Parts: sequence; structure tokens; C-alpha cells
Amino acid sequence: MFAHFDFQAIVHALPYLFEQGLVFTLTLTILSAIGGLILGTALALVRIGGGPVLATIATGYVNLMRTLPLVLVIFWFYFMVPYIGQWLLHAPRPIKVGGFSSALLTFVMFEAAYFSEIMRGGIQSVARGQYAAGLALGMTGAQAMRYIVLPQVLRTMLPVLLTQTIVLFQDTSLVYVLSLTDFLGAASKIAQRDGRLVEMYCFAALVYFAICFLASLAVRRLQSRVAIIR
Amino acid sequence: MTDTIIALEHVDKWYGPSFQVLKDCTLAVPKGEVVVVCGPSGSGKSTLIKCVNALEPFQKGEIVVDGIRLHEKGVNLPKLRARVGMVFQHFELFPHLSVLENLDLAQIKVLGRGKQAARAKSVALLQRVELSAHADKFPGQLSGGQQQRVAIARALAMDPVVMLFDEPTSALDPEMVSEVLDVMVQLAQEGMTMMVVTHEMGFARKVAHRVVFMDRGEIVVDARKDAFFGDVGNERAKQFLSKILQH
Ligand SMILES: Nc1ncnc2c1ncn2[C@@H]1O[C@H](COP(=O)(O)OP(=O)(O)OP(=O)(O)O)[C@@H](O)[C@H]1O
Ligand SMILES: [Mg+2]
Repeated sequence: MFAHFDFQAIVHALPYLFEQGLVFTLTLTILSAIGGLILGTALALVRIGGGPVLATIATGYVNLMRTLPLVLVIFWFYFMVPYIGQWLLHAPRPIKVGGFSSALLTFVMFEAAYFSEIMRGGIQSVARGQYAAGLALGMTGAQAMRYIVLPQVLRTMLPVLLTQTIVLFQDTSLVYVLSLTDFLGAASKIAQRDGRLVEMYCFAALVYFAICFLASLAVRRLQSRVAIIR
Repeated sequence: MTDTIIALEHVDKWYGPSFQVLKDCTLAVPKGEVVVVCGPSGSGKSTLIKCVNALEPFQKGEIVVDGIRLHEKGVNLPKLRARVGMVFQHFELFPHLSVLENLDLAQIKVLGRGKQAARAKSVALLQRVELSAHADKFPGQLSGGQQQRVAIARALAMDPVVMLFDEPTSALDPEMVSEVLDVMVQLAQEGMTMMVVTHEMGFARKVAHRVVFMDRGEIVVDARKDAFFGDVGNERAKQFLSKILQH
């Protein structure tokens, strides 16, 4: 089958693959990671210090997200978000939500569950004494979290958070179920159109591999740079 | 009463429903006095000192710090704590910040000092504890004795009206104890009001005005220094003293 391998087909497809597909994939990954980290940190804080009722709700949410297959959540959200929006805004008909917004919201909510676990472990591993030392200096609980605990957690957990983000980068390919054109989607469109399945899927695999491999290396190098001197 | 900085009045505290850790503790620390608190492990010394700056809640009695009643409704605890310096057994410096930043942080965020004013204060205090050469290092790069001196400087940067110490030298290697005690002695001689949990009786003899002995959550002895070291008058305290003075 490789006898007919046509490099030219790949070269022609490059602008489309990268300018459309990869840009979409990276945008979705980065925005989801940032949103997921913020929501996940909030969930972690609620679970640790938000009182029994809120903590139970947050824990339930995290566990729910972690037991559902991502594809299902993507689908479910895509079909439900317009109706939830309608209900929230008291609109006369379902709210129109684009595929990208829907996918982004899904990934943020899904990743938040994983990030919250990471952040929660991190917060608990920063010794209680550090928080108390902040309070003893006259800080409020929020200040002690913001200036003392969370900066330490982010630095110790950064490698784990980034590794999770690499997984997220791969997971974004699931948006094909919403017929969105991410990198893999773009490759697959061209594969169908030009009948170049082998070329396009091999190339896509190579690109995913290269990006994840280099990102992992970068994370490992970063690890020693951000480590807190103890 | 205006010159009493810390007053504990019949303080009771429980951990959980049944374990009473502080029993009817009454104690006053007048302005400018140094009170040393000692007693066997588990007798409640740390708990007592943490109640004073409300790091631990207590259930009965009242604690008045610099005129503020802790049990009164709507007490601004952060504001109170900002005026009470605390030094911990394990230093609790912030490992992600440089030594200078450790000193700057609360001055800026809590007292609202300008960055330059805070920095000037930090630099001066580091000089005072003789650590100017280490200003830009991180806590993890310092020895235990140096870290504890930074911690003292960090507390002093807030211009506290009283300083609390919870066994400030007991996590240190023996050869580093004196460099920390020297700073504390100097502070005491300058008239700082201090409440110090420690078993360093040399320190107590040198600068303490009073020594308090705790046992099983109770303040058993509260005596002027000379009286305490002369004849404690309490069997448990005598036994305890003879044990720690042997070392
Ligand atoms: N958070 C807590 N919950 C339950 N019990 C506690 C807690 N903190 C301390 N205790 C208990 O309260 C008692 C007094 O503790 P505390 O730390 O005040 O003693 P201490 O006199 O400082 O002892 P040490 O010399 O070992 O530091 C001990 O029996 C301890 O086990
Ligand atoms: Mg103690």
C-alpha cells in the first residue's frame, strides 16, 4: 500500500490542515485548559473549605464527570445547552449555541473535574502551617490562599497539569462527533475528498505524536525549573 | 488595665466533645513583660498561645488582646492578628518567595504599605537579624537558625505590639539555638512584650519577668522569675524542671 504513498497530497493539504485544523485544535485546547483550571480550582476550594453542602455538591459533580465517557458528554451538551440556555434566560425558543462554544463549554466542565482533583491534592499537600502563618500575619483566608497556598500548589502541580493538558489536546479530536473541523477532522475531510486515507491518517498520527512528544519533553525540562527550593 | 497587652480570663477549650485541652486558664501579660511558658509535652502550651491570636477557637472564658475582646461579635480577626507577631516551631517561611519577599508580602497586602516603604523596612530588619547577605536567597537555601531569624524579622515587619513564640528553637540543631536566642534576648531588652513557649531556661533566667508552668491543660504555676527558680512550690513543676535542667 505504501507503493502509492503520495507525499504531494500531504503537501497540498498543509495550509488547510494547519491554518484551519491545528489552529482550531490548539485554540480549543488552550481555552479549555485555562477555563478548566479556573473552574477546577474553584471546585477544589469549595470541596476543601466550602462547608458540607457545597462540598458534597462539588464532589458529586466531579465524580459524575469522571464516570461519564467524554463523547457522551460532548453529545449531551450539544443537544442540551440550547434548552438549558432557553430555561436560564427565559427565552421563547432554544438558544442557538455554535458547535465551538458548545465544545469549549463541555471541555471546560469536563477538564475542571480532573483539574480539581489535581488542585485538591496539591492544596492538601501544602502544609496547614503555611496557611496558618498567613493568617498569623493578618491575612484573610482568601489572601492566604491566593498569595501563599495557591502559588505553591501551581508550581508543584504544573507538570501534572500540563501532562493532563496534553491528554486534553488529544481528546479534543472527539469534536468530530459535532462535525467540527479540528486537525484530525481536517485531515479526515481531505482523506475522503482526495481518496488519500493512508497519507492523511499517517500524517495526522505523526503530527499528534510529534506535538505530544515535544510537549512532554518541554514539561520535563520545565519541572526542574519551576520546582520550589526546599 | 490599659497596659495589659494579653489577658486570659478563665479560658476553657475542648478538642471535640470530650477532650478538654485548656482548663480555666487565667493569665495576664503586661506591656513590656516577657512571660515564658513551659510544661510537659501535650500540656496545652501551643494551644494556649494559638488561642491568643485566634488561630484556635476557645469555648469558654475571654481573651483580651490589646484591648480587643476575642469573643465579642464582629471582631476583625485579621486586623487583630496583624498586630500580634507569631513565630512558629517550624519557621513557616514561604518557600516560593525570596527572603525579602517573605518580609514584604504582608506589609503590602495587609498593612497596605507601599512597595518601597515595605522594602526599606524589610532591608532594615534583615540587617538587624544579620542576614543582609541572604536577602535574595530562598528559605530552602538557609540553615534552620537563619530561617528562624528571618521568621522573627517577618513578624517584626508588621510592627507588632506583642510577639508570640511557640518553641522557636526546638526544631533547631543545638549549635544554632543561640543565634536565635540572641535575637530574642535583644528584642526583650528593647522592651518588646513577649509570650514565649520554650524549655530554654537559660533564656528564661536572662530575660523573663515571669515563668508559667502548665500541666494537663492547667496553669499550675505563674510566678516571678526569681520565685520560680528559687522554689517552685509545686511538685510536678520541680520534677519537670529537674528533668529539663539536666540536659
Ligand atoms: N487539632 C487538634 N485536635 C485534637 N487534639 C489536639 C489538636 N491539637 C492538639 N491536640 C491535643 O491537645 C493536647 C495539647 O496539645 P498542644 O500541642 O497544645 O501541647 P503542647 O504543650 O504544645 O505540647 P508539645 O510540647 O508537644 O508541643 C495534646 O494532647 C494534643 O494531642
Ligand atoms: Mg507545642
